[in-house]
Amino acid sequence: MGDLGQATSLTLEGSEQGYATTRVDDLLGWARKYSLFAYPFVTACCGMEFMALTSPRFDLARFGAEAPRFSPRQSDLLWVVGTISQRQGPVLKRIYEQMMEPKWVLAFGTCASSGGFYDNYTTIAGTDKIIPTDVYIPGCPPRPEAVLDGLMLLQDKIASGGRRAGVVKPRFDPAQNASGLVQLRKSAKDPRDLLPAIEKIEQGERKARGLGHGGQT
Amino acid sequence: MSKFVLDKLQERFGAAILETHSDFGDDTAVVAPKAWKAVCQFLRKDHALDFDLPVDLCGVDYPNRVDAGRMEVVMHLYSISKRHRIRLKARVGDAEMEGAEIDSVTSIWPGMDWLEREVFDMSGVRFRGHPDLRRILMYPEFEGHPLQRTYPADRTQPLIEYRTEEEAGVPLGKLEPFGPDEGMSFGRHGPPRVENGRSEND
Repeated sequence: MGDLGQATSLTLEGSEQGYATTRVDDLLGWARKYSLFAYPFVTACCGMEFMALTSPRFDLARFGAEAPRFSPRQSDLLWVVGTISQRQGPVLKRIYEQMMEPKWVLAFGTCASSGGFYDNYTTIAGTDKIIPTDVYIPGCPPRPEAVLDGLMLLQDKIASGGRRAGVVKPRFDPAQNASGLVQLRKSAKDPRDLLPAIEKIEQGERKARGLGHGGQT
Repeated sequence: MSKFVLDKLQERFGAAILETHSDFGDDTAVVAPKAWKAVCQFLRKDHALDFDLPVDLCGVDYPNRVDAGRMEVVMHLYSISKRHRIRLKARVGDAEMEGAEIDSVTSIWPGMDWLEREVFDMSGVRFRGHPDLRRILMYPEFEGHPLQRTYPADRTQPLIEYRTEEEAGVPLGKLEPFGPDEGMSFGRHGPPRVENGRSEND
């Protein structure tokens, strides 16, 4: 008995009290954000990147979001991966309506987020035109790291119960900094003449990112 | 390449072959719409020609061409046995697409079925004698033909109503980093300006 009592008090080291408090909402949010059952609505080329994302290399199971459910009634998270044409609009909306509350929608790639360059008669300019969308991930297609960023944004949103949509920011936009762009000119007789210039720019970039491994910050 | 096909066509149909050219190895015959089916029949049945593969069919709109038919129906044919190609064109319809009709050639090449449906769907050319002429890419509720130049570039016809911002409670415009002109930046604003032989990007 004495040993057991000692062990119990050890787990509460540093605390005067024998219990912890939280709100039910927070507890539920914490539970929900690590058990996202996904319904992949894959329509276009972004699907290839979605396959890469769900591979062991990027290990979606870290976020508890690795289990696909091919019935909307069993899933919490609708991945809209790819271009949504006007013809698919009613289908997507119906699938969303079949999902149980609480439910979230993640727009994977520029087409699902805004229609992308399909600015024409046949494409819906973003899933938010027909269903509520929680997170937008730009990219054509987005890198898996960007998608993981988006997933973490969604987890934050679930935990905090916020209503605002999240948008994944680009990590590095070369167009923001003209010196970061390498321009191929006809004056360069041998393309290899450009290599020192490219290396210099890449070095500057690495320095700007604080010499991190692969720049995953 | 296959100039003799053009010669044979002209010999056989005379005035129904409106013009021909064979530049860079591509042989083209512009056919009077009335002779369309007869020309196709001849190309398919003649043993020296034997065009057995219908490669493609499409419509090309020339809205400024008021005299000779606005919509051009373009057909590409290939002969697997003789290894030669030809391109046929027919100009149909006036400025309002009145009389944009042409004979169906599905009885000659069954594979033309869906291609003719596509041209009907996209360009609005009606094919006389087609067994099942309905839309193939767009939905039945769609009005107009999107590849006609007179179809407004920004007109969409949603099947379900878009959400409004009041209903959604959040802005539905394109959020950062998506620009308002996401995509088609050159299509909506014209080609890049070129001054003194140098473009803006130089």
